[in-house]
Amino acid sequence: MTDRQDSLSSLDTFPKLLLDHGINRPNRVALREKDLGIWLTWDWSQVVENVRSLACGLASFGFEREDKVAIVGDNRPELYMAMMAIQSLGGIPVPVYQDSVAEEMQYVLEHAEVKFAIVENQEQADKVLSVQDRCPNLTSIIYNDPRGMRHYRQSDLFAYKEVQARGHQFDKNNPDYFLDEIAKGKGADVGVMLYTSGTTGRPKGVMLSYDNVIITCRNANARERFRDTDDVLAYLPMAWVGDHAISYGQALCAGYSVSCPESSDTVMIDLRELGPTSFFAPPRIFENILTNVMVRMEDAAPIKRKIFAYFMGVAKKSGTKLLESKPVPLLDRIMYSIGKILVFGPLRDTLGFSNIRIAYTGGEAIGPELFEFYRSIGVNLKQLYGQTEATVYVTIQPDDEVNVETVGTPVPDCEIKIDEATKEVLYRSPGVFVGYYKNEEATRETKTEDGWVHTGDAGYIDDDGHVRIIDRAKDVGKLNDGTMFAPKFLENKLKFHANIREAVTFGDGKDYVTAFINIDLDSMGNWAERNNLNYGSYVDLANRDEVYAIIKGNIEESNRSLAADPSLAGSQVKRFLILHKMLDADDGELTRTGKIRRKIVFERYDDLIEALYSDKDLIPIEAKVTFENGKEGVIKAELKIRDTEVYSSVQKAS
Amino acid sequence: MTETRNIGDTLLKVDNISLSFGGVKAITGVSLEIREREICAIIGPNGAGKTSMLNVINGFYHPQEGTITFGGEVRRKMRPHLAAQGGIARTFQNVALFTGMSTLDNIMTGRNLKMKRNFLWQAINIGPARKEELEHREFVERIIDFLEIEAIRKTPVGRLPYGLQKRVELGRALAAEPKLLLLDEPMAGMNVEEKEDMCRFILDTNDEFGTTIGLIEHDMGVVMDLSDHVVVLDHGEKIADGVPDVVRADQNVIDAYLGVAHE
Repeated sequence: MTDRQDSLSSLDTFPKLLLDHGINRPNRVALREKDLGIWLTWDWSQVVENVRSLACGLASFGFEREDKVAIVGDNRPELYMAMMAIQSLGGIPVPVYQDSVAEEMQYVLEHAEVKFAIVENQEQADKVLSVQDRCPNLTSIIYNDPRGMRHYRQSDLFAYKEVQARGHQFDKNNPDYFLDEIAKGKGADVGVMLYTSGTTGRPKGVMLSYDNVIITCRNANARERFRDTDDVLAYLPMAWVGDHAISYGQALCAGYSVSCPESSDTVMIDLRELGPTSFFAPPRIFENILTNVMVRMEDAAPIKRKIFAYFMGVAKKSGTKLLESKPVPLLDRIMYSIGKILVFGPLRDTLGFSNIRIAYTGGEAIGPELFEFYRSIGVNLKQLYGQTEATVYVTIQPDDEVNVETVGTPVPDCEIKIDEATKEVLYRSPGVFVGYYKNEEATRETKTEDGWVHTGDAGYIDDDGHVRIIDRAKDVGKLNDGTMFAPKFLENKLKFHANIREAVTFGDGKDYVTAFINIDLDSMGNWAERNNLNYGSYVDLANRDEVYAIIKGNIEESNRSLAADPSLAGSQVKRFLILHKMLDADDGELTRTGKIRRKIVFERYDDLIEALYSDKDLIPIEAKVTFENGKEGVIKAELKIRDTEVYSSVQKAS
Repeated sequence: MTETRNIGDTLLKVDNISLSFGGVKAITGVSLEIREREICAIIGPNGAGKTSMLNVINGFYHPQEGTITFGGEVRRKMRPHLAAQGGIARTFQNVALFTGMSTLDNIMTGRNLKMKRNFLWQAINIGPARKEELEHREFVERIIDFLEIEAIRKTPVGRLPYGLQKRVELGRALAAEPKLLLLDEPMAGMNVEEKEDMCRFILDTNDEFGTTIGLIEHDMGVVMDLSDHVVVLDHGEKIADGVPDVVRADQNVIDAYLGVAHE
């Protein structure tokens, strides 16, 4: 009995931490979810109750230690509690990207040998059912939302509530079972398996131990001062390590509350209602928010537009300095205060950033203007750099040393070094993963004997000790004249324009650089509306000469800024085309986290790339697309190719 | 899944209806039946009398001849508000919402008939009126959840795209908890994706709430997929009535759609 007590008080696994919160802060809010227009809450004691009954329910199904369980769905309290329940029994939750198509899901379910799948609703249940016969280990599917499930007669399909009801019964008969099982867990056990989206090849299952996640999360909480009074909105995929850390690991370490949006469409509304203290988003989302603000400002009355423009100027001048507590002249301070009442305050409130203490971005480079915009209105936006293999955190920008070009300094206990030959960034930290599941070879390639992990990113450490990332090491190439070609760097430069959603650049082993462009339908669509331009669809709008002219202007602007840097002047974009379709994760062209899969783009569009390096300016195309229902179709169109102005570095200097 | 749905007795029986406006004969001696829990489509070329038929059923037009039996009650004349109280709800070919009001408020108006307190009580909004309002709000929230329109709950419907307005209109009709739901071209002017969504909502409504649905639609694919039973009108007369497959093969129907000359 005392053994059990000792083990439970060691707090080295999440279920133990959960029990601790249940004792120490039973009535504080742990989870929230908006349902039928009302925020429902679970306090820590209720979470313990729910987890207990679900865990016992799973036990009654013959759950064994180290069984893997797929978690499929949007962020829902029931799914977070399911992870806790699985971990309580010594099982390993395997969250799966909820927007995966059935095929992708099948790979993960089969590879991870999952025995149970806990799914959110009918949509996800259908996907799992459709691939069930190819997942030999899968015995039961448990669904949370019963809507539409009434007519399902499969014998291996159970409602979440039903499992919990069985759990109550089981618990009555085996009152010690739950705590005994939790006490058996220890820090070195594998706690979770997260599949990386993988820009190349099949996804890999990253095994993280409780120690990995808990130590890293405690370090992050200490450095970023997270306490049980914090509040976050969980809206990024549960399968993504960032969500696992912020909405699960860090929340369970610090005891703060996590809220789930009503649906993926209502995130921005829920964000505003909730006013979280911390917010993580990839640059893309910050950009969308800004685009929305700007689009709505365009429609505002002239006087409002003037006030907005004036005070944004004020913010640009002194906002960032004020945030970093640097000296600012009194007059500017006064003007900023007025701006705060008239513009920044209401704007922050509208965006849901009124209580925000820290906002993070990462995963991709963020545009300097975008970054400045948020910081100038008083949102402490910082960049971080991380990987699934590191349990997210490798570096974070310290509060008073934020620079858009760096990703910050290493987190506590994390060491960083740069490989002299390849410029690749390597790190070593307590968060370093146990290994890839059933893939010794990949583990050895990534992790050295003494625990250093290859990031695959080329970068360097600057004089202030901040890490700067240039590009994926393997993507950096050379033009025929020897100029360095860093595709992602160029693409990010292009994507900083509001009209460009996605860009893919080519140039390795070629004479000049060319680009594919995806226009941003929100911002271009709004522009088209204001200019009375009719269009039927993305393809229709993308193929317009007027649109081409605007994109050409944007690219030339980027070219001009490239020309200022002698080492990059040679990699200006010379020719481009606007793709007839959005690059899409469903078609395998992007990863689920929105990164370009270069190899697939190269293969699928080789004829277009060839045309970019010819003198043709019109080419017919036919492309295969996968619709959301899994059917395949063909788009036929004629694409235009246009040249852009290239600037010499001398011209710029003059 | 169809085997679990049990189509019941006749819910609505339209017997030998004739309707004319002055000298124009809109409907001539049409009879049809809609049974409980089925989806019945009324189709036909332009000017066939489909919308007139719907207007007759929910009491907006008064036929010169014939009777309507709804839920066992026979009637000649019907007023729209009586039809609504009796459990007939409808949507319109042209969206007819209160454009200045939010989605939530628009759907809430569909609950009006179910509210027991008069508007003075509602204006004061205390005690029993408040309690009642909350109950209705809960029902409306279920509809919002069902139609997946949480994100536009507070948006004025005038600002919504057409496809979503149609969905809100369906929501308002559902709010009345109808026995019979009449949909007048619910998919007109929609793109493929919006149509797919709407089809799913119609099927789900029928399945989850057991609502009987009378549907006017032009999109043949949709009609054949959705309905249990199809009635074809042409020039105010019924030319076919039966299961989709039979109707599809009917020579009269093919002629009507391909435009054979009428003498």
